[in-house]
Amino acid sequence: MLNLFLLATSAVWRREIFHFWRERSRVLGFVGSPLIFWLVIGSGFGDLARFFSGALLMSVMFTAVFATMSVIEDRREGFLLAMLASPAPRCSIVIGKVLGGATMAAVQGLLFLVCLPLTGTPLPLSALPGAAFGLALTGVAFTSMGFWLAWRSKTPQGFHALMNIVLMPLWMVSGALFAHDTAHPWMRALMSVNPLTYFHAILQRTLLPASTTPAPGLSPSIAITAAAGLFFLTAAIYAVERRPQGSAA
Amino acid sequence: MIVTVDNLTHAFGDRPVLRGLSFQVARGASYGLLGPNGCGKSTLFRILTTLLPPQSGTATIDGAPLSGRSSAVRRKLGVIFQSSTLDQRLSVEENLLAHGHLYGLSGPSLRDRTRTLMEDFDLLDRRADRVSLLSGGFRRRVEIARALIHEPPVLLMDEASSGLDPAARRSLWLQLHRLREQRGLTILFTTHLMDEAENATTLLLLSEGRALAEDAPEALKARVGGDVVLFHPAPGIPPETLAAEISAAFNRPAFASGPEVRVETPNGHRFLAEAMETLPGRIHAAQLHRPTLEDVFVRLAGHPLEEHVDA
Repeated sequence: MLNLFLLATSAVWRREIFHFWRERSRVLGFVGSPLIFWLVIGSGFGDLARFFSGALLMSVMFTAVFATMSVIEDRREGFLLAMLASPAPRCSIVIGKVLGGATMAAVQGLLFLVCLPLTGTPLPLSALPGAAFGLALTGVAFTSMGFWLAWRSKTPQGFHALMNIVLMPLWMVSGALFAHDTAHPWMRALMSVNPLTYFHAILQRTLLPASTTPAPGLSPSIAITAAAGLFFLTAAIYAVERRPQGSAA
Repeated sequence: MIVTVDNLTHAFGDRPVLRGLSFQVARGASYGLLGPNGCGKSTLFRILTTLLPPQSGTATIDGAPLSGRSSAVRRKLGVIFQSSTLDQRLSVEENLLAHGHLYGLSGPSLRDRTRTLMEDFDLLDRRADRVSLLSGGFRRRVEIARALIHEPPVLLMDEASSGLDPAARRSLWLQLHRLREQRGLTILFTTHLMDEAENATTLLLLSEGRALAEDAPEALKARVGGDVVLFHPAPGIPPETLAAEISAAFNRPAFASGPEVRVETPNGHRFLAEAMETLPGRIHAAQLHRPTLEDVFVRLAGHPLEEHVDA
């Protein structure tokens, strides 16, 4: 059983990577749009460094969440349907997909780091393992959330709308655009209950240690991000295990 | 009996889809389920593939009960869904390998198995091609090869030849029958096409969630007496009126079926000529044919296999 779980999980993970690699336009798109956001907003404020971690968070978010969008159609008439009819445990679908999404998010985040020296901040090689860990952890949390929401969505359009309504506002109040300390008290309260605040803090803490903008501490941020990831992963696995497929004729 | 289905009942809300369906499939058979869209065959397919839990009734696949661990049932089945479940962006070989992993296969044994299947299904030349580049008939071959990767005793197919042209459908079935003969594979398939249903060694006719009849296709056709004659009424005459006139004139049953009137009779050629002479001006066109599975279905179900708007 463990063997089957590992084989199936790695098969799903590998499939994600193959797809990603074979769709160069997707790679460019996911790196490109946060890059433009960063350059425009950062230059607008006259402070590229300030906004770097926010753009990085956006890159991870887009990559991880949209990697799960294929779930919606795939489970009705695609590869996922064949998986659901196979003896592979259903949690291996979720975990393989989440690990695949997290891998891509981390790889793209690391590619994005090449731009860091443009902000005047050096990119110390010693910071890379910590950054990779932070990116992967954030990627797992985002992909799990995306998978859970995608599985509950009927159409890709609905999922897309949900993402715009939920994710973009959460991103805006994560500390990516403005700092916690200078915000209005009610905004500060909102920011402290937003999981993305802690996702963002991890990236900020590992990459910009000299940053002047205060953020939540690294250890609580890691703990909260891991807890959020675990929560969404459990929710996604529960949804996949429970729901009988094709309840219509 | 390798597949047994006993008193299976299923409803969506208050709409019954399967009403106490029972049948058995012998090992090595090609067992067809023929019925129009909405007769319950897709629901039955989803229940047998364990994607939908049965509401009442039981079924076993090669001794494994549907009520037990679904992974035990799934290992016994190769499944072909109506629409392709291949990964379009992976190559032929990658699709087979990935599917093998889902059934717990890996290493040299999986590679050997993949190679053998690609040889058997004539896929070796295109093993590295992405599935999205292949023709419909080719994809179905990949899909069947993939479904057999774990050597299941039963192949379950839902409208397997949908979207294939007649030539591709014929060659698909030649291959399927070869598998049956060489490996003792049991095939259970659903279809709404009567020419595809001819590939069954045993055929079950389904209508509104019930079994109408079960027999070999030839035996089913023999149940219709003699020939089938169809009359198209002259313009302005309703088929029901013409049916009543024919019934009265020849003292034999005639039914309005869609735009036509249907008569089953021995020596259809003589009957056709007599009817044209007896009812001058009432008949616009007439047609005579040997009974088909469609005729059997119409006779038993009281309505045609395919609605006229059906594609």
